[in-house]
Amino acid sequence: MTASPTTSKDVQTVSGITVRLAGDSGDGMQLLGTQLTNTSALAGNDVATFPDFPAEIRAPRGTRAGVSGFQVRFASEEIFTPGDHLDALVVMNPAAMVTNLGDLRKGGILIANEDGFNEKEFKLAKVESNPLDASVIEEVYRVIKVPMTALTREAVAAHGLSQKIADRCKNFFAMGLVYWLFGRSLEPTLRFIEDKFGKKPDIAAANISALRAGWAFGETTEAFGESYQVEAADLVKGTYRNMMGNQALAWGLVAASKLSDKDMFYGTYPITPASDILHEVTRFKNFGVRTFQAEDEIAAVCATIGAAFGGTMAVTASSGPGIALKAEAMGLGMMLELPMIVINVQRGGPSTGLPTKTEQSDLLQCMFGRNGESPLPILAPRSPGDCFDIAVEAWRLAVECMCPVLILSDGYIANGSEPWKIPDVSKLPKIVIKHPEGGESDAPFMPYARDENLARPWAIPGTQGLMHRLGGLEKEDGTGNVSYDPANHQHMTDTRAAKVSRIAERIPDQDVYGETSGDVLVISWGGTYGSCHTAVRNCRNAGHSVSHAHLRYINPLPKNLGELMRGFNKVIVPELNMGQLRMLLRAKYLVDCIGVNKVQGKPFAVSELFEAIESHVSTAKDGKSKADVRNKAG
Amino acid sequence: MNLPVLKAADFASDQDVRWCPGCGDYSILAQMKKVLPELGVPREKTVFISGIGCSSRFPYYMNTYGMHSIHGRAPTFATGLKSTRPDLMVWVITGDGDALSIGGNHFIHCLRRNLDINIVLFNNRIYGLTKGQYSPTSSEGQVTKSTPMGSIDHPLHPLSVALAAEATFVARSIDAHVKHLGETLKRAAEHKGTSLVEVYQNCNVFNDGAMAYAQERKQRAENVVELEHGKPLIFGTNNDKAVRLVGNHLEVVNVADVPADDLLIHDEKEMNPSIQMMLARMRYPEMPEPIGVLRAVQGIATYNDQINDQVTAAKAKKGEGDLQALFNSGDTWEVA
Repeated sequence: MTASPTTSKDVQTVSGITVRLAGDSGDGMQLLGTQLTNTSALAGNDVATFPDFPAEIRAPRGTRAGVSGFQVRFASEEIFTPGDHLDALVVMNPAAMVTNLGDLRKGGILIANEDGFNEKEFKLAKVESNPLDASVIEEVYRVIKVPMTALTREAVAAHGLSQKIADRCKNFFAMGLVYWLFGRSLEPTLRFIEDKFGKKPDIAAANISALRAGWAFGETTEAFGESYQVEAADLVKGTYRNMMGNQALAWGLVAASKLSDKDMFYGTYPITPASDILHEVTRFKNFGVRTFQAEDEIAAVCATIGAAFGGTMAVTASSGPGIALKAEAMGLGMMLELPMIVINVQRGGPSTGLPTKTEQSDLLQCMFGRNGESPLPILAPRSPGDCFDIAVEAWRLAVECMCPVLILSDGYIANGSEPWKIPDVSKLPKIVIKHPEGGESDAPFMPYARDENLARPWAIPGTQGLMHRLGGLEKEDGTGNVSYDPANHQHMTDTRAAKVSRIAERIPDQDVYGETSGDVLVISWGGTYGSCHTAVRNCRNAGHSVSHAHLRYINPLPKNLGELMRGFNKVIVPELNMGQLRMLLRAKYLVDCIGVNKVQGKPFAVSELFEAIESHVSTAKDGKSKADVRNKAG
Repeated sequence: MNLPVLKAADFASDQDVRWCPGCGDYSILAQMKKVLPELGVPREKTVFISGIGCSSRFPYYMNTYGMHSIHGRAPTFATGLKSTRPDLMVWVITGDGDALSIGGNHFIHCLRRNLDINIVLFNNRIYGLTKGQYSPTSSEGQVTKSTPMGSIDHPLHPLSVALAAEATFVARSIDAHVKHLGETLKRAAEHKGTSLVEVYQNCNVFNDGAMAYAQERKQRAENVVELEHGKPLIFGTNNDKAVRLVGNHLEVVNVADVPADDLLIHDEKEMNPSIQMMLARMRYPEMPEPIGVLRAVQGIATYNDQINDQVTAAKAKKGEGDLQALFNSGDTWEVA
């Protein structure tokens, strides 16, 4: 048998497919989804993914709470979201079916592991009878029942594994079947199996057998008359790889460290969904990366500040609850005026909230969640691949300004993936850092003298003649000595604020998708980029006057943003929070904004945004409200 | 190359020292300035990191690099600094409230990691900067501003905590015993690994005389035993008392009453900390309190060496990191 057999059945070419794989949290659905994503990306499709899993490592088996899902869209056109509605749904048990079926479009393919549908499972899933037997199911969907467990056992029987281990191979059977259905090559996954299970040859062989059996089942069963093919997407020329958000952040950090000729120190405490950044950067010790898994969040950020004081590129990352604990030290970092990066991979809040679900509700925490007047620059990546660029940009700003810079990612970006065009490293701009040189003179050093960016010198211990003391007590301008002088405190507060606000002069003007004036402007930030962009595109295709401005710089905001907002009759701000950016925009620009808000642990569907925007188009056409006219005049 | 010979005065910053007149901190500052020139480490290679509290103003008064940080966290800043800059000599200056209350967690973890730094813990058994509330080391029943009916907390003992965390260097000294203090600081600086020196320090405003039994020269001989490696624990105004181990506890005996072989010989190098822990638990007035080095064990890897050794080993194994090679590793595809 060749590595990747070809089908003898009919093949139908389609522009894109959205498929969701759902099973128990121990069923290996995330692995299956990741493999399908990677294989589709290698086939040249544009891909977007949405993993969705429970917060418990092993939630009670078979229950609705334990359902783990992975959605992937692959397409021959450029896509920005993993899709609203499913073309195909693979379910391993009744709980997975009942919790996901609502997203399957009419006429969509439902592939069910028949062996997972029995009395015990019905009870666990809290369904009264077999949901597959409901007559309406067969009428609405194309239902394919496959006894995956039995077929997998048969396929791997020759390898002499225990039944428990053999049953674990069934996700590879499901994978093989899905690969057949969508014309995916087996080769990348065969390579993956060799890599991952190379030291356990019997397990590797069994998984390969299961994968091939799944493929053969698709080819031979009469249930499928044809398979589907998605052509390669028309992406910009170059070499690509599949990239997840947290991975891109990690790679961006190590790139920033190399571009600035600095070793990196990464101090952190494990927290979902930020931990994967640690797992990734700790592999890069040969790049000079030192990772510190601290005893708590506070130790993590403080060690980061210590490393920054020593002249190292210093990074800490967490999610909302951890950022809350880091707040006091972030204020100190701001007072010490030392460069570092603080990453917040947001999740549902408040408190422990929804650890594995996405939300954008830490914006105001990051803007204001420190004591005293404590402004910090904030950047937000818009997609998994953009995390790379944002990480490099954050470090550049941190050293230019000499202050901590915040990156606001979120769980959706962190775990999602997309094709990433590999940059030419030799063309990435260097980040130039100059530490002041000392000398034998004992003339007092001025640690708080400032340059044109209002940044103070990054003098590092070990440098002769530059001895100085930092601390959280207010510093006298220039000398850095402790000062309680009222005018000095005002001056230093103003200076620190000006330092951040002046960044607006060095960042690009806000770009717009669509016209720079019209009926409706949609303003978004962070991980909702894909949904908002697609919804606006659909509105424009429907002939509406709608434009889109997506913010990657949140503090300071791009300097043309206010003027841009005033060019539209209505401004709509969709956010996965209850209106945090909207509050900032209203306060800063005195322009009314309409919120589209939800906190359900889920990203926006394109359709719900489309409807929300469209509902405002007709009233926006009526012209500006009196309030807006007044604002413009003012 | 001849290094310039530095004097104590060279380590003084141009800032006015603002502790209360009579504070024990002055003595510790003076001894530190006296000891540092003897260590041969240049001023620019020396860093003082402190938390919050009276003691934590210390870095401002030293003409070295320094950081006055946030309450209880000084060991964590030191961890980041020393891990990335092992060439620096790092001192953490902290107090009993700072290190043991808000910073208890970090104190323990710094010690168990054996980061190569020196922690000087000023213990005055009171909160000075916040004006007189009881601290984690205050005595049971102590009446303070926040405990008008007496403290109901059982006190924490820093040396016991340190030994429990398997600290590799544990010592105690006294602000007023300047010679002993200087020698102890010097030994701490020379130790490879985390060294902890608890210093009995008098707060003459909020807890005056709380440790007079140990601080005042006349009382000291009766109430304090100076530890010396390889020597018996003899004390008393006339050197007539000693400590011996009987079964699983220590007791005080008259030297004249027992054979010399019966006396406990101090072993600071013993890896098993059981007897060192018994010493740490000797408390006035039942027992003389030990000062000097309770424990100084060598050969345990430091955190900073290990974190840097891993980087060196990774470079030796995989070669210096190559970004372009990283980006192109694994599955990639071409779009033409």
